[in-house]
Amino acid sequence: MKVLVPVKRVVDSNTKVRAKADETGVDLANVKMSMNPFDEIAVEEAVRLKEKGVATEVVVVSCGASSSQETLRTALAVGADRAILVDCGDADLQPLAVAKLLKAVSDKENPQIIIAGKQAIDDDANQVGQMLAALQGWPQVTFASRVDVADGKVKVTREIDGGLETLEASLPAVITADLRLNEPRYAKLPDVMKAKKRPLDTTTPAELGVNVTPRLKTLKVSEPPKRQGGGKVADVADLVNKLKNEAKVI
Amino acid sequence: MSAEREIMEFDVVIVGGGLSGLSAAIRLKQLAAEAGKELEVCVLEKGSEVGAHILSGACFEPTTLTELIPDWKEKGAPLTVPTIDDNFILLTERRAIKMPTPPQMENEGNYIISMANLCRWLGEQADALGVQIFPGFAAAEVLYDEAGGVRGVATGDMGIGKDGQQTANYQPGYELTAKQTIFAEGCRGSLTRDLFERFDLRKDAQPQTYGVGIKEIWEIEPAKHKPGKLVHTIGWPLGAATYGGSALYHMENNQIAIMFVVGLDYKNPWLSPFEEFQRFKTHPAIRPLLEGGRRLAYGARSLSEGGFQSIPKLTFPGGLLIGDTAGFLNVPKIKGGHTAMKSGMLAAEAVFEHLQKEDAGTEVTAYSDNIRKSWLWKELYEARNIRPSFRWGMWFGLGYSALDTYLFRGRAPWTFSILPDHEEIEEKEFHPKIDYPKPDGVITFDRLSSVFLSNINHEENQICHLRLRDESAPVNINLKKYAAPETRYCPAGVYEILGEEEGNPRLQINAQNCLHCKTCDIKDPTQNIRWTTPEGGSGPNYPNM
Repeated sequence: MKVLVPVKRVVDSNTKVRAKADETGVDLANVKMSMNPFDEIAVEEAVRLKEKGVATEVVVVSCGASSSQETLRTALAVGADRAILVDCGDADLQPLAVAKLLKAVSDKENPQIIIAGKQAIDDDANQVGQMLAALQGWPQVTFASRVDVADGKVKVTREIDGGLETLEASLPAVITADLRLNEPRYAKLPDVMKAKKRPLDTTTPAELGVNVTPRLKTLKVSEPPKRQGGGKVADVADLVNKLKNEAKVI
Repeated sequence: MSAEREIMEFDVVIVGGGLSGLSAAIRLKQLAAEAGKELEVCVLEKGSEVGAHILSGACFEPTTLTELIPDWKEKGAPLTVPTIDDNFILLTERRAIKMPTPPQMENEGNYIISMANLCRWLGEQADALGVQIFPGFAAAEVLYDEAGGVRGVATGDMGIGKDGQQTANYQPGYELTAKQTIFAEGCRGSLTRDLFERFDLRKDAQPQTYGVGIKEIWEIEPAKHKPGKLVHTIGWPLGAATYGGSALYHMENNQIAIMFVVGLDYKNPWLSPFEEFQRFKTHPAIRPLLEGGRRLAYGARSLSEGGFQSIPKLTFPGGLLIGDTAGFLNVPKIKGGHTAMKSGMLAAEAVFEHLQKEDAGTEVTAYSDNIRKSWLWKELYEARNIRPSFRWGMWFGLGYSALDTYLFRGRAPWTFSILPDHEEIEEKEFHPKIDYPKPDGVITFDRLSSVFLSNINHEENQICHLRLRDESAPVNINLKKYAAPETRYCPAGVYEILGEEEGNPRLQINAQNCLHCKTCDIKDPTQNIRWTTPEGGSGPNYPNM
């Protein structure tokens, strides 16, 4: 069984991002980039499925600039078998375009399971997995915290308000990974070296016949307003006075 | 534990992906390619990526880069802002007095750069030449062979919890063995410290003396920005007894780098380099520049200031020292980039030649000879008396430096000696307590909000990498005699004394804040704190320091 895992190169989660002064976007100059953490979890789950003997091949795919190769190599270093880069140059990629690209890749690869991160930490869109399932006409199980595959079916546990929900879907299916699905492993040093030699194919949106022209327009990216500093009150009377006359809440 | 470690063999292992390490790697691969030979070279980098732990001014002299990669411009090296306007200023509390720029500080032909970005670019060049670069893997241990020579290094174990037990993600370290191991750890390397002791490399050298540099990057109002402008200051807020000063460089995109350096030979235990820096920004000549701007980044790193006198023996069986871990910084020039690169190249040339010979022995002594024959040695020799002359205070230092530079031209018939920094600190009774103003959150800040801007990351569940030799010394010696100076010299707020009010003081170590500057390893009065490498990939993630 083949598992396809889409991965995205995003700004590193330790980076304190800031809006550009002209409010056209986030300043990414020289900022550290990494694999989207939820995608790391998706890769880990796919590799574990392979280690359990459920999956036979793990293919990772990334849509983005050529620098995404580094992200794909990271996935290869922790156990993916091969990688595909859909080289989109510096195009502004939006969720629907990515879903279409992944559908085109999936049509060629014919995986039984696609495991994606539930969302990317840069735009927090939380759309690609769902759109991809819809385009494929496959069942989707989102926010997985546990995945069991058996007899052409997948059982997925999700953390919902007040407890756990377990769903079953027939394969092929799209699964999106939540935070507690697993804890990704560290890459092993020899595997980092081997990853450089693993196959990495490159294709383009044109080759896949997908139009990636943006459909949404970003009007403005600005930082949240600065928090006003608090003050100390002398006593209860002062507090009540302030609540009444300054904050006007009582 | 070592029984389960996997062994990986290379021709040359380089510890540290900074300027010197990457230059050595690139040069080795160039030489191998020219000679049509195979050479396996690997670079270990403790930062999460190349450049993540690199912090420097930086005004960069491109001479060595041109030697290494003559077509750096065509290849897109991040040197884009030529220096245009040099200023050397003496600050008093209210005034700024423009001084003649010392000849060593003239910067014609130099560039204002981010050293971190230069390293990232060099990393790409090295990668393209086939160097194996492993970011996120810290060299934690030197490996010795039966004859006592260095046979490589081991990376640290990953996934050991706070309690010393293995977590689910445990992964043992690797033994990377090599015919020659090049140590390029930067100032005060933790493995280099072992090597100093093991091979007595400092026997014929003066002690090393250090400074700590604290840096912020600001985005300022475009009207106040002048790309390529340099301002260096001495004087206020530091008293005449303390060596130090600032460097303020206008970079690209309305950004300026402000760096404040304090010599770690300071005597007053109440002194706080961090707070001195914050206070510096409030000077009437500096504050207006920052007003209306915003602070983007923060970081700190120690630097070697000993220069010529303090250079240790550079080779030993199986290995060599290059860059600032050996201490090639030129203090009057306030530059170590070009010298670090040069030492890396000279080491690479000596090592490559050595590996081509049969029975050449295990020590690449030719490297030391190469250094002595190079411009690097002459440059450091001529600068050797400037920094030590400031031991007698700023006024003597300035006067002497002028004399040494203009009259003797660096060829004075004497060489000043140096004391180790930790011995210079004096007991708290002999010095007045310094009351630093509270941060205003606009121009001046506290440590924690500063560290936040270094994009720091430490896996929480790991053993504390700041080791105490004697658990009682922080209270019984440091607190009692010196009023716990580690709470002040650490620019990241790693050290705190808790429980003093209850009469039960103890030292709290917030290791997850550590910026890897190594100041504690240097300045602790009894050398009780030992900085070791935390899990690979830990520490700051500097964007363009």
